[in-house]
Amino acid sequence: MMKIVVCVKAVPDPQQACNIRIDPVTKTLMRCEVPLVLNPLDKNAMQAALDLKEQFDAHITALSMGPPDAEGIVRECLALGADQGILLSDRAFAGADAYATAYTLATAIAKIGPVHVIFCGMASSDGSTEWVGPEIASFLDLPVVTMVEEIVECRSLQWKVKASLAHGYRLMQVQLPAVFTVTRELNTPRALVFSGIIKARKKSIVRWGIDDLGVPAEAVGLKGSPTIVSKLTTTQSKREVNILTGTREEKATQLLQKLVDSGVV
Amino acid sequence: MKNDYGPVWVIVEQRDCRIRSVSLQLMGQAQKLAAGLNTTVEAVLFGNLMEHHVQPLFAAGADRVFLGSNPQLAFYEPEIYVRAMVRLAQEHEPEIILLGSTAMGRELAPLVAARLQTGLTAHCIDLVLDENNILEQRIPAYGGLLSIICPQKRPQMATIAKGVFPIPEPDPNRSGEIIPVAVPEDMSPRLQTLEVVHEIPDEIPLESAAIVIAGGAGAGDPDGWRQIADLADALNAALGCTRPVVDEGWAPLESMIGQSGRMVSPELYIGVGLSGEQQHMVGITGAKVMVAINNDAKSPVFDQVDYGVVDDCREFVPVLIEKIKAYQKNQVTC
Repeated sequence: MMKIVVCVKAVPDPQQACNIRIDPVTKTLMRCEVPLVLNPLDKNAMQAALDLKEQFDAHITALSMGPPDAEGIVRECLALGADQGILLSDRAFAGADAYATAYTLATAIAKIGPVHVIFCGMASSDGSTEWVGPEIASFLDLPVVTMVEEIVECRSLQWKVKASLAHGYRLMQVQLPAVFTVTRELNTPRALVFSGIIKARKKSIVRWGIDDLGVPAEAVGLKGSPTIVSKLTTTQSKREVNILTGTREEKATQLLQKLVDSGVV
Repeated sequence: MKNDYGPVWVIVEQRDCRIRSVSLQLMGQAQKLAAGLNTTVEAVLFGNLMEHHVQPLFAAGADRVFLGSNPQLAFYEPEIYVRAMVRLAQEHEPEIILLGSTAMGRELAPLVAARLQTGLTAHCIDLVLDENNILEQRIPAYGGLLSIICPQKRPQMATIAKGVFPIPEPDPNRSGEIIPVAVPEDMSPRLQTLEVVHEIPDEIPLESAAIVIAGGAGAGDPDGWRQIADLADALNAALGCTRPVVDEGWAPLESMIGQSGRMVSPELYIGVGLSGEQQHMVGITGAKVMVAINNDAKSPVFDQVDYGVVDDCREFVPVLIEKIKAYQKNQVTC
């Protein structure tokens, strides 16, 4: 049986994330109630696993590290078709950078047992570091291909995948077990269906904390993170805006005139 | 006297034996950082038959070039590159390692960082030394800037997009030392590059375009997005976008402008249906004129442009296109 782990992350809803801002006076984050959702590219990672499950005898584990609230996105993965959900949640894991996050996820994957394929979204919409997938591969000493846009051949343990370049691609041959980070070009994630949601209610989500992983507290969370945020600064714009007024037609005419006057059109 | 600080490294990228411009840009910044630390700048370059192509690195500020050269290294081969670079870094203990935010850099950097058990900051838009000579790695976030530091572990590692730093004025008289690196020629049994295909883009390249139109989530749907593309066509502009547009699938990742995407410096920038998130806005450097079209008068984008139009872009853009076409028609007949 093909064992697949999909690493997923709960992120502040990207549609509303612009509401989180730095307070210009206190230089701290002004947090609004932005709901947590499944990271967009992790939907493609989940879909990649589901596509394999349609072709082969496969077992999918959705794995996430996050606050207790992140349970919702693990449940969503179960509803999409994952067989098992694991949430790594512990105060000790809080404040982790990409390195400590990858270490914690890799430790959990090692605990799950032998797996063939690990899928991650290429990046998260909040952190945007892209490091977690390749760093998991490093900790587990597995090969990794990042930015996978097509799985060309997956009938044996020797896969062929296309990885995206800015303009073009790399065709890679990789021996399983391996880690793949996926782009949105890889597939079209299917929407949740009602029957899936009902089925997911019967599946339980495993919660692992630091004791379950058997890792030292210095290796995870903020303590296990080589990088920290040292400063938060606001930026000031050097431009003074001229808001055009009038009817739609007038505004369009004015704008065109301004552009012509500036010599840029 | 022994230096307190190890060298500043740039992992250099080549394609068909030509040094890529982002590597030269990083070399310039590496030189500034090295001056502050009173240390040297070293380049690490892997390729095939590269011996006669390293002079641009010296001219851009490298004191030494670690050169791995054999037929297996012509293309980026992840497993071979990682193993060799990790060994080299363990031997020479650089203080800082910089890489371009390219397809290679963003895969190689975390693989090297994790094995060196150190931190890595993604897509920085500035790099400076703080009062303790620690590298402050600045990234845009939440309408401001976050400074990330790696206080204990070494090396301090960061990726930086093309266009963040200028290419330094080449000094043809500078020279340096080439240090050959023995890289094993055996391929990895578990991961190999079979083929690398570079396509020639048929659209106007964002980096060199005089006019850049960037669309955001405000496009609403594929039809709204097509209107923004039509505006770009009407102005003979390059078309870029924000991350939500990529997430929606209206435009490819290659056209994303910003911190983790492309850096542009056009004469004219028009942001359509976007809120002016820092991650996007840092991608526009030195535009002469900036315009925003957004239906929310309170949108932060209006603090960052010269001309603002508060209107639904789905209604406004078609009207603007009509005016532009009428104007262009007049220009031709007159």
